Amino acid sequence: MTTHFLSVEGLKKAYPGTTTPVFENIHFGIDKGEFVCIIGHSGCGKTTILNVLAGLEEASAGGVIMDGREVAGPSLDRGVVFQSHALMPWMSVLANVAFAVKSKWPDWSKAKIAEHSTRYLEMVGLGHAIHKKPAELSGGMKQRVGIARAFAIEPKMLLLDEPFGALDALTRGTIQDELLKIVQATHQTVFMITHDVDEAILLADKVILMSNGPLAKIAEIVEITMPRDRTRSEMHHDPQFYRIRNHLVDFLVNRSKGYAGSDAALLHDAKHPPVVRPGLASDEPPPSDNSRPILKQVVNQ
Amino acid sequence: MFSKQALKAGLISLLLFLAFIGAWSLATHQKEGPAASGADAEYAALMGKGAEKTSGFPPPAKVGEAFVTYLSDPFYDKGPNDKGIGIQLAHSLGRVGLGFFLAVVVALPLGFVIGQSPLLFQAFNPFIQILKPISPLAWMPLALYSLKDSDVSGIFVIFICSLWPMLINTAFGVAAVRRDWINVARTLEVAPLRKAFLVILPAAAPTILTGMRISMGIAWLVIVAAEMLVGGTGIGYFVWNEWNNLALPNVIFAVVMIGLVGMLLDQLFGLLQKAVTYRE
Repeated sequence: MTTHFLSVEGLKKAYPGTTTPVFENIHFGIDKGEFVCIIGHSGCGKTTILNVLAGLEEASAGGVIMDGREVAGPSLDRGVVFQSHALMPWMSVLANVAFAVKSKWPDWSKAKIAEHSTRYLEMVGLGHAIHKKPAELSGGMKQRVGIARAFAIEPKMLLLDEPFGALDALTRGTIQDELLKIVQATHQTVFMITHDVDEAILLADKVILMSNGPLAKIAEIVEITMPRDRTRSEMHHDPQFYRIRNHLVDFLVNRSKGYAGSDAALLHDAKHPPVVRPGLASDEPPPSDNSRPILKQVVNQ
Repeated sequence: MFSKQALKAGLISLLLFLAFIGAWSLATHQKEGPAASGADAEYAALMGKGAEKTSGFPPPAKVGEAFVTYLSDPFYDKGPNDKGIGIQLAHSLGRVGLGFFLAVVVALPLGFVIGQSPLLFQAFNPFIQILKPISPLAWMPLALYSLKDSDVSGIFVIFICSLWPMLINTAFGVAAVRRDWINVARTLEVAPLRKAFLVILPAAAPTILTGMRISMGIAWLVIVAAEMLVGGTGIGYFVWNEWNNLALPNVIFAVVMIGLVGMLLDQLFGLLQKAVTYRE
């Protein structure tokens, strides 16, 4: 078995008072520099998995190993971007990031902390707003601060809990582009929850598809085989794009519910979930009705 | 900058005040005439001006005189029963300040601990619920007996009445800190003290300050009654003393001063509250 930078082994979560676990027997790995998205309907335990990776929640069984060490509790090695941005409203934008930077490098001088924090805020395009309070910023800008805060501590791995879920489509697009640029430049290892199929295709190397909970499983791991230098404006010209997109949407709309009783589930090997590359399946039947380009579709919670 | 409405409101306030003074003036107007019969006049002459005090409820002019007399020399000290209003207020404020400060010292850390632990919250709750509704003055006999000092007992009463609102609000404020902020601190491996002072305290500060404001309001209410009981100094004692002198103008003057100082204290805490409130 190959060793990954991060490996999740036999993860299970059952909440007290319930008999059926939300998910069990979850195995997957993430390599260094890889960008992995996880998609699934609400209730499949995506956020729980992310929280376990972050060390904020404990799994009922199984474990997570990162960089040769077991994940036990939160750590500065893993930066988290929260869905609700989670900025401290009584601190300025700069102070929010500086708070994180000081936590990571307590010995740094004030000037060095400010300089480092400002650099990361400039990276997300907020150089002009560092002295504002979060309440004076738009939702998109707040989330940018959250991203800058997570990047500023230079973690070994970044965990993003549906960071763009609360943003309007236009803002989401711009921030996705920025995130893409930063990730490509820093080769950051990322694990991200999303509900947006296009977002996953744009950003990810691998997309983990979860079947519906309870007893959610990793149904498939979809490799995004499109070249890494994809952009939001060009991506849909790639013939692979619609094949991948249709595959993902088809899973979410049709296959995720009935997964538990399907043939795929019978053949399912939890330790080695099937890896598919729909983008390369060029010998598919010619596009039928359900594969025609559809407008951007977001699967809601 | 006054808005138009503030100006109008101020005008109406002034009119109300004048109407009140007018009505008071009419109600207490003394008819001119043979002010006193022979014997009374003789008695009045014997008693000096002391006899004036018995002539009914004082009109506004008399109270105005008291204002002028006391405010023109607020800090004189002519023995234990004759001190300026400034000195009396300073004594009361000193007691309130000390009792309140002691309550802060106890309530903040204890509230912090209780707020962070649902177990302790539940364990402390019955005691808080029973002790909270007790009138602080009911503690007075126990305080006098065990502390054996009227001054310290007064401070104790202030302490005990300030304690509960602050304790409860601190505990609630700390318990209600957004999970996300705590999680941010956890993922950043922030040390407990740093987390307490930089995350939890600022997050709970508006709630804590609300508790302090309520406490201060109650403390100022209670100090007057407490000083009437323990005597010696303070604005409460002043009121009681002037009542014993039947010097109603002075009593009215003191009552207005109590209101003014109470208002200023409340506004001070209002400002503090505003300073720590954050917009999300």
